[in-house]
Amino acid sequence: MSSFVSFTIIGIVLGSTYAIAASGLVLTYATSNVFNFAHGAVGMVMTFLYWELYVHQGWPVWFVLPFILLIVAPAFGLVMELLIMRRLTTANTTTQLGVTVGLMVALIGAGQLIWKPGGRRVDAFFNGSKVSFGVVNVTAQQFITLGLALAVALGLYVLLNRTRIGTAMRAVVDNRELLALHGARPNVLSGLAWALGSSLAALTGILLAPQLNFDHTTLTFLVVSAYAGAMVGRLKSLPLTFVGAIALGLLTEYGQWLYTELPTSWITDSEGVIYGLKNSLPTIFLLGVMLVLPQEKLRVGRVTGTKLPRIPSWRTTMLWSAALLGGSYLLTGAMGEANNARFGQTMCLPLIMLSLVLLVGYGGDVSLCQLSFVGVGALVVARGFDIPFTGLGFHSQISPLSIVTAFLLTAVVGAIVALPALRLRGLYIGLGTLAIAGAMDRSVFESGLVGFGAQGSTIQVTRPSWLSTERSFALAVVVAFVVTAWIILAIRRSKYGRILLATRDSQAACATLGFSTTMTRVAVFAMSAGLAGVAGVFFAGMSVTPGTLNFYFFQNLPLLLFAIVFGVTSVTGVLTGGFVYGCITSTFIVGQHPDLVGLAYIVVLVMLRLLVNNPNGLVGLLFDQSRRIMSRPDAVSAPPGSAAAREPYPATAGLGLEAPVGSA
Amino acid sequence: MSEHVNALDVIDLTAGYGRIQVLHGVSFSVPVGTIVALLGPNGAGKTTTLNCIAGLIDPMGGHVHIGGHHLNGAAPDRLARAGLCTIPEGRGIFPNLTVAENIDLFAFAAQASPKEIQERAFSQFPRLAERRTQLAGKLSGGEQQMLAMARALSSDPALLLLDELSMGLAPKIVEDLYEIVGEIGRSGVSVLVVEQFARRALAVAQLGIVMVQGRVTALGEPADIEGELSAAYLGGAA
Ligand SMILES: Nc1ncnc2c1ncn2[C@@H]1O[C@H](COP(=O)(O)OP(=O)(O)OP(=O)(O)O)[C@@H](O)[C@H]1O
Ligand SMILES: [Mg+2]
Repeated sequence: MSSFVSFTIIGIVLGSTYAIAASGLVLTYATSNVFNFAHGAVGMVMTFLYWELYVHQGWPVWFVLPFILLIVAPAFGLVMELLIMRRLTTANTTTQLGVTVGLMVALIGAGQLIWKPGGRRVDAFFNGSKVSFGVVNVTAQQFITLGLALAVALGLYVLLNRTRIGTAMRAVVDNRELLALHGARPNVLSGLAWALGSSLAALTGILLAPQLNFDHTTLTFLVVSAYAGAMVGRLKSLPLTFVGAIALGLLTEYGQWLYTELPTSWITDSEGVIYGLKNSLPTIFLLGVMLVLPQEKLRVGRVTGTKLPRIPSWRTTMLWSAALLGGSYLLTGAMGEANNARFGQTMCLPLIMLSLVLLVGYGGDVSLCQLSFVGVGALVVARGFDIPFTGLGFHSQISPLSIVTAFLLTAVVGAIVALPALRLRGLYIGLGTLAIAGAMDRSVFESGLVGFGAQGSTIQVTRPSWLSTERSFALAVVVAFVVTAWIILAIRRSKYGRILLATRDSQAACATLGFSTTMTRVAVFAMSAGLAGVAGVFFAGMSVTPGTLNFYFFQNLPLLLFAIVFGVTSVTGVLTGGFVYGCITSTFIVGQHPDLVGLAYIVVLVMLRLLVNNPNGLVGLLFDQSRRIMSRPDAVSAPPGSAAAREPYPATAGLGLEAPVGSA
Repeated sequence: MSEHVNALDVIDLTAGYGRIQVLHGVSFSVPVGTIVALLGPNGAGKTTTLNCIAGLIDPMGGHVHIGGHHLNGAAPDRLARAGLCTIPEGRGIFPNLTVAENIDLFAFAAQASPKEIQERAFSQFPRLAERRTQLAGKLSGGEQQMLAMARALSSDPALLLLDELSMGLAPKIVEDLYEIVGEIGRSGVSVLVVEQFARRALAVAQLGIVMVQGRVTALGEPADIEGELSAAYLGGAA
């Protein structure tokens, strides 16, 4: 009984910290329409700064706390607003996601560069002194956390609903220009919101620090749990956000309590499933919230009409394929086996990203669980599979049969994931799929029953004898890339491809034309997941020992980021993006590579400058440039100012009728 | 204030979007205390002109003087606080705020106290008082336009810019709204009103300007511009 009460208190306190983080998110979202994936990363950096000044430099706490919460963090928020967020308010969701994820990766990188990973700790406030209430003790830290959460909730509520500044903050997001016509300063208002949001992120990190093992990613991702709280308030309502956050804190701790009360035999018998479920409670909660959220209305009248890169002709495709294969053949011939292994692992990334072209590039959806599909593919090979009644099967072998099985099974998983995700759009689908990835990590990959085993486990797979060398398998990966690319281009050229583009441009328009956008999207999700599954088979074969760490949900973020930056709408884009990403981290584990920092910075900066109005990425920009240089006569036929030159024609124009959009 | 200073002088204004030029040297004035109607067919550039004056678009060339001050390139919020009230095309309200919250925002530019602003708005439009806690987006079109007009009434502007008051409204409501425009004009405020329905606007205006394809084709008292006006709408002047 007393343990139940203790867990209740711990749950409420945990929920309070979530509430502080979540209200920061809600505040910035409500005033700028940008969902800040880097919210946790900001908190992380500020917490490390707190450690640096307070623990390491030994400054007095009464100075450090106000210094960070009232000066450094707000200043950081202001700079973020000025340089980045202001430009994102009107950008599409994929760009917003890409830029804020980029910022997050850059902050983690910067954090690791400045504060090398390693044992750090911060003491609780007042050295963990406690007050006893009969059966339970409550620490001073817990009191402070609870009190601060209430103060923040109340303060923000009053600010947003009871003051003119707050009203204006809510109005900024509706219509910035109109607010300026009212005589308010929109930039000052959104700056204020971001300053406050950043300060709240810092507060969350500092409050959580004493209870955590103090590392960059843990601190960053604790806030993922806060997303769930913010979702309960539908990113708008602060009171509901508060309730959601507390509920989540309680749920997490009651899960823990139940776990300690269960008979140990149950836990060992479940081979890690119960343990995994317990640990994925926050993500399951997030998923549940997304599912009961009222369905988002179709947005009418916001046709984006993104012009995709031209489809290459069959001849060009053929030439490039031959060049890629020939080049790889020569390269691997010149390198040793160790480098060939690295090359093969690097080439797995373009292969994985190809599946994103279909879903994100053509379909306009977002998936933050693509790597989990890759993991399912790898798992299928690694665990083996007996096909009932046929006597066919395979065990940890790469073979045509295992490839087909991985494709089919992953496609089914993709369709299952798509069903709940389909109700959502844009940002919500991003969060939903990230939650799915998180849940799969803990309850699938880390279970002994169906997964690789406890965190860190791997399973050995064997290659077919004729592909046993690193060189031959690396070449097999390249062949798989070429074949998949052909499949994707064939889809793009087909009537089906045009329907897909039409769905991306305007769901509402398609609905009025009588297409079932739902069926299209399920099919795309399944197909894309299937391709990712096949990539998983090759990944497993290339690494020989795939394991849980390869598919850690966090790695979905840089994966999508690099695809978007280099151009998720074209095969060339993902080839470059995947290759660059692969080179940075041929072991997939971003966290261990401080070298990523510099690049991530550049990536973010470049993205901001170029990509806000250019969803085709860097490669798309290059295409545009080269076409401009090569086809001068073309440009004359459509003089600037004519409708043709101004309007990027929406894909709906070519709907199943005449020539495909932009075909050569 | 000297009698020679106009409330608004637009001199040889050129503007556009990207590389497309829309205004080709527009010049006109709004004398202090008069209502001027800016008329013209769709796409003539009326909204563009207004947005240049309000500071929402940077002109390519030319000058805008408000109350004799040269104000090219001033930010819209600064102009608003200096006494320029712009009610933009469409409904100039925040749909996700309540009626009372919308009215509360008027205080950023107004000299009057928030309480006074609210009293003025509600006494002029009692219907808004009944719906004070309702979201502005849920109001009827006419009520939304009343709410937008309430800003003009409560903020004592030196110059009022109105874009397409009548858009999508029933004739009776338009009639009422123009009556209020007339009242505002009589109280000494200079008004520039953009309108498609020329007759309605000219009934309250002392001066009219006809604009076609980014150029002023006629300028004068309502009776004098009748000819140009019908030519413009029949496409003859294009
Ligand atoms: N944001 C914009 N981007 C590009 N062109 C624009 C934009 N806004 C207006 N235009 C063009 O500028 C020209 C003038 O438009 P404007 O809105 O000023 O006309 P208007 O006289 O207000 O017409 P209406 O009576 O229909 O409101 C039109 O040809 C229009 O297509
Ligand atoms: Mg107009």
